[in-house]
Amino acid sequence: MPTILVQRPKLAWHEKIFLSGFINGMRITLGHAIRTFKTLRGSKTVVTMQYPEQKWDESLPEHYRGAPALVTDEHGRERCVSCQLCEFICPPKAIKIIPGEIPSDDPWAKVEKRPREFEIDMIRCIYCGMCEEVCPEQAIFLRKDYAITGTSRAEMVHDKEKLYEIGGVRTGLVNKWNDLK
Amino acid sequence: MQSLLANLDLPLLIAALIKIVFLVFLVILPMVAYSVYAERRVSAIIQDRVGPNRTGIPLTLLGFKKDIQIFGIGGLLQPMADGLKFILKEDFTPRSVNTFYYWLAPCLTMVPALMTAAVMPFGSELDLSWAGLGAPIPMVIADLNVGPLYMFAISSLGVYGIVLAGWASNSKYPFLGGVRSSAQMISYEISLGLSIIPVVMIFGELNLGKMSAYQDANGWLLLPFWGEGLSLSRWVLLVPIVISFVVFSISLFAETNRTPFDLPECETELVAGYHTEYSSMKFALFFLGEYAAMIIGSGLAVTLFFGGWSIPFGPVLSKLTGLQFHFQAGSTPFYTGLLHIGTFFAKIVGCIIFFVWVRWTLPRFRFDQLMKLGWLVFFEVALLNVFLTALLLWLVPLK
Repeated sequence: MPTILVQRPKLAWHEKIFLSGFINGMRITLGHAIRTFKTLRGSKTVVTMQYPEQKWDESLPEHYRGAPALVTDEHGRERCVSCQLCEFICPPKAIKIIPGEIPSDDPWAKVEKRPREFEIDMIRCIYCGMCEEVCPEQAIFLRKDYAITGTSRAEMVHDKEKLYEIGGVRTGLVNKWNDLK
Repeated sequence: MQSLLANLDLPLLIAALIKIVFLVFLVILPMVAYSVYAERRVSAIIQDRVGPNRTGIPLTLLGFKKDIQIFGIGGLLQPMADGLKFILKEDFTPRSVNTFYYWLAPCLTMVPALMTAAVMPFGSELDLSWAGLGAPIPMVIADLNVGPLYMFAISSLGVYGIVLAGWASNSKYPFLGGVRSSAQMISYEISLGLSIIPVVMIFGELNLGKMSAYQDANGWLLLPFWGEGLSLSRWVLLVPIVISFVVFSISLFAETNRTPFDLPECETELVAGYHTEYSSMKFALFFLGEYAAMIIGSGLAVTLFFGGWSIPFGPVLSKLTGLQFHFQAGSTPFYTGLLHIGTFFAKIVGCIIFFVWVRWTLPRFRFDQLMKLGWLVFFEVALLNVFLTALLLWLVPLK
């Protein structure tokens, strides 16, 4: 086995007692301090975002996982058929669904079910997106809302109305309930 | 009793009281609070961050156009907010601690640090003849003739606070922190004390006020550019002075538990060190005691090596401008007295910034390295330096 003898670097006396290392270090930190101080004086920050005034909403990626929400389709139909798959897959058990029947005189009677109540506890939600992944009806999506705040626990539970308000309308994707089919 | 009361020098007592209130409550304590703020801001800019910039003086609420800002950066009320937070936090005493010592320890850290301020000459003298006072008032609380000795004696009591905190907490990490700290502070006190002996030999004086006055007239020890400072002897003596300054300042870092010698509280190994079990205002006392010790230590360094309250090139400036910028016993004008006070605290601020700068630059020493440096390097260097100074003083005596 060939051996390689690594030559140790010859250090000058000032390197041995860390004098030059100390001075170099101090120079580097001073340089950073002065540079950052100059940019701060014009109240412009280079890296740090001054959060409540500046937000990163425009640069959020398409796949951003924010608050989960329910969507309606282009006909104003609730997409959710309350199959409860999301409720069962949800790791922190944040979703609670009470299924309800669609009456026979409703134009969408053939869908048979829609949620009577649909609640997501945003204190429990971990934004994992498994509900979106598991949904066979493309009815639940993770939106870009990330600042979910409230002054009480009750306020942090999103009910059906709130979920549809966040979700809005989505078109396409699911056509199986349309008249043509 | 009657004779005692008759012998009381009432004006002196009142003057001392006013000076205590001014120095401790109006200068040192706010300075401590603001050095925490400086630490946070300077560490932030060194690391390319912003730091606390929100807690401002809300003048805009009162109808002003802008909040007060220094250098265009906000957050000036952050120390107040911190203090308020400390007061409002739960003061929790764990059940397993030794209550008496647990309560005593924070006081023993803060009190010695503030007591040493008594001998610090923070200004030359204030001529208050316009207010009807005859003799000018010296700007030092207690004009002791053993200034540095008193400071070392009192400030070394600070180690008791840390040891007691570590022991009374009845917990592993604080205990280790306390043990480390006592070893470290006792080791470095030796080199700290020995390193100023050459300085004392050069001054031939142990009165801090007179040291400052000498440096004001004859050039700072590290800046001998006027008066007697231009003599050959002072320039030759610059060699031991620089050595003793280096030893003194590094020992000061160790003595105040600052990085690179902050082993008693290194967070990665000992959680928070000796004050792990403390909360609320008791923790704040440890925290502030450390900064107070830093300020007093810088004050001593400034007084010994950087001319104390003296304005750089004071006598030269006086000659050039016609105004009096140097100290003259009994006839220093009022504005110069104020300028001297300002100069002293400006120098301390500079020292604090240097402390912070070093902290955010250097990594921490290992414990055996720390002990080796203290006992095998600084102790010997400081000791030899004493002999070197004696030799040089004998070869080229001062006038």
